[in-house]
Amino acid sequence: MTPIRLLPRLAPACAVAALALAAPRPAAAAEPVWLSTQLRPIEEAQHVRTVILKDSPVKADFIADQPSSFTVRVEAEAKTGHHVVSLLGALHGELEPFVPLGLLQPLDGLVPRLAADKIPNSLMQLGKFGTQHQYYIPWMQATYIMAANRKALPYLPKGASLDHLTYGQLEQWAAAIHKATGRRLLGFPAGPSGLMHRFFEGYLYPAYTGGVVTTFRSPDAVKMWETFRRLWAQVNPNSTSYGFMQEPLLSGDVWIAFDHVARLQDAFRKRPQDFVAFPAPSGPEGLAYMPVVAGLAIPKGAPHPKQAAALIEYLSKPSTQILTLKTSSFFPADAVPTPTDLEPGLKAEGDAVAKMLAAPDAKPALLPVGLGAKGGEFDKIFLDTFQLIVLRHEAPEAVLKREGEAMQRILNDVHARCWAPDPPSSGTCQVN
Amino acid sequence: MRSRSLPYLLIAPASLLLAVLFLWPLAQTALLAFRAPGPLGTDVWSLAHIGRMVGDFDFHSALYNTLGLVVVVVPLQFVLALTMANMLRHIRAGRSLVLWIWSIPLGISDLAAGLVWLAILSERGYLNTVLQAVGIISGPRSWLTYETPGVLFAAIVATELWRATAIVLVILVAGLDMIPREYAEAAEVFGATPWQRFRRVTLPLLRPSIQTALILRTVLAFEMFATVVAIGGRNFPVLASKAYDWQYFDQNTGVAAAYALVIMAAAIAATLVYLRLLRSPEHAR
Repeated sequence: MTPIRLLPRLAPACAVAALALAAPRPAAAAEPVWLSTQLRPIEEAQHVRTVILKDSPVKADFIADQPSSFTVRVEAEAKTGHHVVSLLGALHGELEPFVPLGLLQPLDGLVPRLAADKIPNSLMQLGKFGTQHQYYIPWMQATYIMAANRKALPYLPKGASLDHLTYGQLEQWAAAIHKATGRRLLGFPAGPSGLMHRFFEGYLYPAYTGGVVTTFRSPDAVKMWETFRRLWAQVNPNSTSYGFMQEPLLSGDVWIAFDHVARLQDAFRKRPQDFVAFPAPSGPEGLAYMPVVAGLAIPKGAPHPKQAAALIEYLSKPSTQILTLKTSSFFPADAVPTPTDLEPGLKAEGDAVAKMLAAPDAKPALLPVGLGAKGGEFDKIFLDTFQLIVLRHEAPEAVLKREGEAMQRILNDVHARCWAPDPPSSGTCQVN
Repeated sequence: MRSRSLPYLLIAPASLLLAVLFLWPLAQTALLAFRAPGPLGTDVWSLAHIGRMVGDFDFHSALYNTLGLVVVVVPLQFVLALTMANMLRHIRAGRSLVLWIWSIPLGISDLAAGLVWLAILSERGYLNTVLQAVGIISGPRSWLTYETPGVLFAAIVATELWRATAIVLVILVAGLDMIPREYAEAAEVFGATPWQRFRRVTLPLLRPSIQTALILRTVLAFEMFATVVAIGGRNFPVLASKAYDWQYFDQNTGVAAAYALVIMAAAIAATLVYLRLLRSPEHAR
């Protein structure tokens, strides 16, 4: 029968195997242990050990692990009181569950010492999780941007600037190309392996409604979907099969695309002279973007808290941040000038990210927080809404009402509070 | 005594293995589909997952798409395979070679078959290259999008015909080979036309093979997955691909299990229908 049957049976086995591999080392280690869910591929991890940590004032033992066993391990160390790990490196959403459990040490004392590194305040604030204390220091970040083939540039609408595009101008631009070439050359990653849901959660919704959950079925949202449906008339119909936009960009099937920086990288690496990178468009509520932030945190009870803090300071230094940038598809959390010896493609992407972050109306919208295993179903709400309104032309009001109820059920199940850009809530986040 | 228990001892390992690797996961799947977290946090018997599945806007498309494929693909394959098998009967020299060539697709995985046809039909595929070369279209055309559901359906049917007709063919060829030629010769002596001989002699004698071939093919058609995903992606949902989506993307094992049960129920129902319709008459067994 289908492989589906097997999956639930395989999962526990894999988890056990993963745990066995990640079995704690003896606590006697003189070097602080740095446990990370990031830079996990073997080459990246090796680069951390042999290059990034080489000149560090504190030697550390870098261990990369799957997000699921990362969580299990940190919670297990706290429960048993047998602490091995001194430094944590993980995504915002992976660190967030530790805060209400009180597993992270406040790092308020460290913040003034990092002032020279110029970490943007908007990023620094994320490390507070809406509390009074700093629980992680932003380490590196990635995000989603736009990319365009240079052939598309002559069709830019009059008065539009690539660095300050609006969604309206994006539509006009794609329409002009459609008219001139007879082809729809704007593309989105709406295929099964694409990240289209992030476009709705981090870009379109906050740019048009100022929120994601609270404003899900607001009148602004209705207007937004109507506008987006009109824009979709200029979108390549193969978009519902696209996973990584670098591929249709390279093949020429798409001239303008939205995607994660790592999923555009091939295009910029292979033919940097053919493509331009630029910030996401803005809507009535500003330039919304979704930062994917990884942070450094120290667990409570860490055996080497002082060395861990020194390590954070070292990793936040601009020179170390540039070393990190060269290793991975993540960009520095600091406002470091892009190094001149960087690959031209990577530099183009880095510049676009920097411009987006520095935009006066920039509005960071976080990855969903606190949904745990319900994250997939939350994403499905946006994809279903898109299917029904845009592809099947159903009336937005009715669809939003129904999907809004489904969204509320998910939030109630996990008691998730609101996350930025929605205003903080005292209880479960409510779809208004 | 020993001789009486021996057969059971010999089939015991196989039965045990089947029970462990089939019945046990089956029971687990049913549990996953019918148990959901109750108000107290513990799992209780519930139709919640079934409700989620049926309430999902894609459920009906997935159901109709799957049924549509089965209804179109299986009869077509049956007629094609029967014709091919009969043609083979009249070939003397090189019969094995022809049979061998015809069954090549059997050795290709369904995903590979899907990718072969994707390479033909995609925007920059072979079909568009040919059409453009002979001047029928001026630039690349998209055939496999949500805007062209008819072509999408036809492409999947074509892939399945190309890929899986051979399995029906092989079973029917084996069945035909087992029918003694004397029956046909006797009918000929009595003046039966070729059509009458086929209709009145060959087909009834072939019934057990037809039953096997149809059951096997229909059950596999309900589980169609890789070819559909390769060609249609999310533009053409079927039951198996929805189960996959719920498990991997939406991370809800309960609803995925509910889909798996629907597929199984459909396959069992089809099998029962075939067993009843194509029953061999008592005296012929």
